[in-house]
Amino acid sequence: MSSVGASWMRAPYPALVVDAAGAVVEANTRAAVLFPRATRGAWLEDVAPRWLTEAHRRAVADGTDSLGHVGGEHGEWSLEAYPTTGSDGHVVWWLVDDTDRLLAERALRSEQERTAFLADASSRLLASLNTERCMEVTVELAAEYLADAAVLVAPATGKRHPLATGTGGRVTHHSLRIDPAMVPGLAEALQGFPPVPSRWIDPAALPGWAVPEGFAGPVGSVVVTPLPGHGVSAGALILLRRSDQAVFDASEEVFARVFAARAGAALSAARLYGEQTGITATLMAELLPPALRQVHGVEFAGGYRASKDSERVGGDFYDVHPGAGTDQETLAVLGDVCGKGLEAAVLTGKIRNTLHALLPLAGDHGHLLRLLNGALLTSRHTRFATLVLASVRRRGSATHLRLTSAGHPAPLIVRNDGTVELADTSGTLIGALPEVRSSTTHLTLRPGETCLLYTDGVTEAHGGPLGDTMFGESRLRAALAECAGMPAEAVVERVQMLVSQWLDDNRHDDIAVMAITAARTAHLTAVDGHTAGRYTA
Amino acid sequence: MTRSTTATDGRPALRRARRDLWRAVCDRDEHAARQAVFTCLDTGTGAEAVLLDVIAAVQRKVGTEWAADRFTVAQEHAATAIHDRVIAAMAHHVPPPEPRPGAGTVTVACVDGEWHALPARILNEVLRHRGYGTEFLGAQVPTPHLIAHLHQTAPDALALSSSIATRLPDAHTAITAAQAIGVPVLAGGGAFGADGRYARLLGADAWAPDARAAAAVLDARLPRPRTGAVRQTLEDLPHLADQEYTLVWRSKRQLVKNTLGGLETRLPAMRAYSEEQRERTAEDVAHIVDFLAAALYTDDAGLFTGFLTWTGDILQARGVPARVLDPGLALLGEELKDFPRAADFLARGRATLDDRSATPPSPTPSLDT
Repeated sequence: MSSVGASWMRAPYPALVVDAAGAVVEANTRAAVLFPRATRGAWLEDVAPRWLTEAHRRAVADGTDSLGHVGGEHGEWSLEAYPTTGSDGHVVWWLVDDTDRLLAERALRSEQERTAFLADASSRLLASLNTERCMEVTVELAAEYLADAAVLVAPATGKRHPLATGTGGRVTHHSLRIDPAMVPGLAEALQGFPPVPSRWIDPAALPGWAVPEGFAGPVGSVVVTPLPGHGVSAGALILLRRSDQAVFDASEEVFARVFAARAGAALSAARLYGEQTGITATLMAELLPPALRQVHGVEFAGGYRASKDSERVGGDFYDVHPGAGTDQETLAVLGDVCGKGLEAAVLTGKIRNTLHALLPLAGDHGHLLRLLNGALLTSRHTRFATLVLASVRRRGSATHLRLTSAGHPAPLIVRNDGTVELADTSGTLIGALPEVRSSTTHLTLRPGETCLLYTDGVTEAHGGPLGDTMFGESRLRAALAECAGMPAEAVVERVQMLVSQWLDDNRHDDIAVMAITAARTAHLTAVDGHTAGRYTA
Repeated sequence: MTRSTTATDGRPALRRARRDLWRAVCDRDEHAARQAVFTCLDTGTGAEAVLLDVIAAVQRKVGTEWAADRFTVAQEHAATAIHDRVIAAMAHHVPPPEPRPGAGTVTVACVDGEWHALPARILNEVLRHRGYGTEFLGAQVPTPHLIAHLHQTAPDALALSSSIATRLPDAHTAITAAQAIGVPVLAGGGAFGADGRYARLLGADAWAPDARAAAAVLDARLPRPRTGAVRQTLEDLPHLADQEYTLVWRSKRQLVKNTLGGLETRLPAMRAYSEEQRERTAEDVAHIVDFLAAALYTDDAGLFTGFLTWTGDILQARGVPARVLDPGLALLGEELKDFPRAADFLARGRATLDDRSATPPSPTPSLDT
């Protein structure tokens, strides 16, 4: 050893010489720092970790350098040890301190886990646009990965706060009148102020509602973190750990905030979606085709399919205004506004409203159409419309119809013997010209007979088995011939089904169908139940 | 046309009600139909038994009668409409209870393109009578509507009904989309197979052969699926990577056109067909291609041969031998000779038709067996 001399002693890496029996021969300066008790003659197993002692035993038995390096921990260090065997049976252990690498690897692993968690959390959070479900997922994730339990406090609706609490994989919803000031940092978090450090929150002072049912053991540490929404707070998240678990450290608090930001964005989107759907539903209610029913011994049934499957309204429309009494006419209308989609639907709403207001004048279809035409011409819409008016009244077994078409395909009449007739009515479309003309036809339905009103979406449906044929009026007539004596709903369903099958996946226009059928049954039980037995077939 | 294995309840009150309802449906007498059902309810039979052992049983018979060519399509529609109205009237006569607190909420819907709403409607009523909070979305619900609805209401389960196997790809889309937003799916109806095999294949959370079994599944509570990314089609059905389904589906019209042309060359009788007869034949070929596509989608030759057996029965009931289908299958086989799976299914289909010419058609069950 003396030949190596002082330079060996000052080598930048720790080195340790151990003899075949396992006693320390010499340790250089660096090694002495690592193993302060490794003086000459000390047993290696008394001064060094077990993994090194065992590696030494193997190296001695092997007698060559072929063993390769070993590694392990020693106190706060992580070391790699490379043996070289001398002729005298001594082994020199060259040690490399790789503590930093180990720490870096640990940090990387934890960062990878967090990234994976965040990616998973994001996809789970963004999947649902339902606020309650979104709260549930947030609490589930938080209680599983960040804490032992989690409580999500949403902004108050009225005087109550919606709450989702979760622990052990179970999430429950509550709606409670709570005072956010009871939990330090909660009121601030709900108002969007920066979070209060965890160490300021006394777990013992938490109110009962902030600790989920089924939480095992006393609360050891608490984090309250805001859920930042789009412009407003989406609520706050309370994370709880049991007293037997480590308290939240600074990096965990930061990570909780990163998670909360994602949850807040998802919750905010869900809330916005919920509000928008609510608004849409309210506005849409006026535009959706109404549910039809039997009125004074006459069945009305309608079917509607918008041109786009993602929409529920379009430029076709129908309506039925029941007569005030059995001796009053019921007015049915079906029409088609030029154009598709929501804009067209808005105009159908106006036409329906105007027609409703003009109802007392329905005794003269021509007059009613002229008034409607005037109203459309003066409105800011430049679109025009075609429609059919049907005034219906049943007397005994005869159902009388007055039908007027304004530029619309004439209705088809299905007789009980299977013949299909075209109603003899025609007229100009409305909303385009200052003057409109129309001719009204009168006809009578026997019980079981149907008058079918439809829009050109039916006849102009492109498809068929070869994909390039129009459904056309003759196919519609053939289909209707098979519908003799069928109830109104069945006729509508049959026509809709055939057209849908004809279309398959092809693009199509709005499709509206209405059947007016003289009820067949002798004892008619109208929905109101007062008119049973009044009409006899 | 939904076939069910449910045994028919033989209690006298139910037998009488079935007989009366059947007669009323044949006469298209809504009043008598209502009377038959109300009498049964008023003499102490529960709403569930009336729905399942009277109305559903008679509706099954309607399907059987149609298949045997003893009922026209119009009669079938009329019968369904009467049943629909009777069910609506029942809800006034014996109102279902208010939803039980904690009983769970279920959305009941038919797959896009599915027109047979009655089985789903009956399930909906059964669940209401059992105290569930339900929402019935009706026939042919476009999947975007369905999912928008599920986002708003977040029910505890979606009961999805489909009777025709050609709708299975749409059903798959609906199932994976609902699950991705955390709504478990209970599948039911003839489309999913008599043993529910296609429900499992498409990853539905559960399957039930009838309304009672469906209620039992829901009573036991379906766990919520994990929300997240929508499962890709290939994850459930790796065989779709061969593109056969996509290509057959996309070239459907051309296939029909070519097959029709081939038939005209081979069968001189066809040249004398009227335009309408030609169209019917084209529809039949299109139907075969639809089922072939569904078989490719599920990678199940049995779906295709089962359809041919069923069609053979329907044809036979109308005095047409099933072998009329063979030339069409042969021509399709030539068109699709480069598609191993499709060619195999078509060959097996032809073999099935061959076999059946030796065996008599399966007997039709009657109402009171």
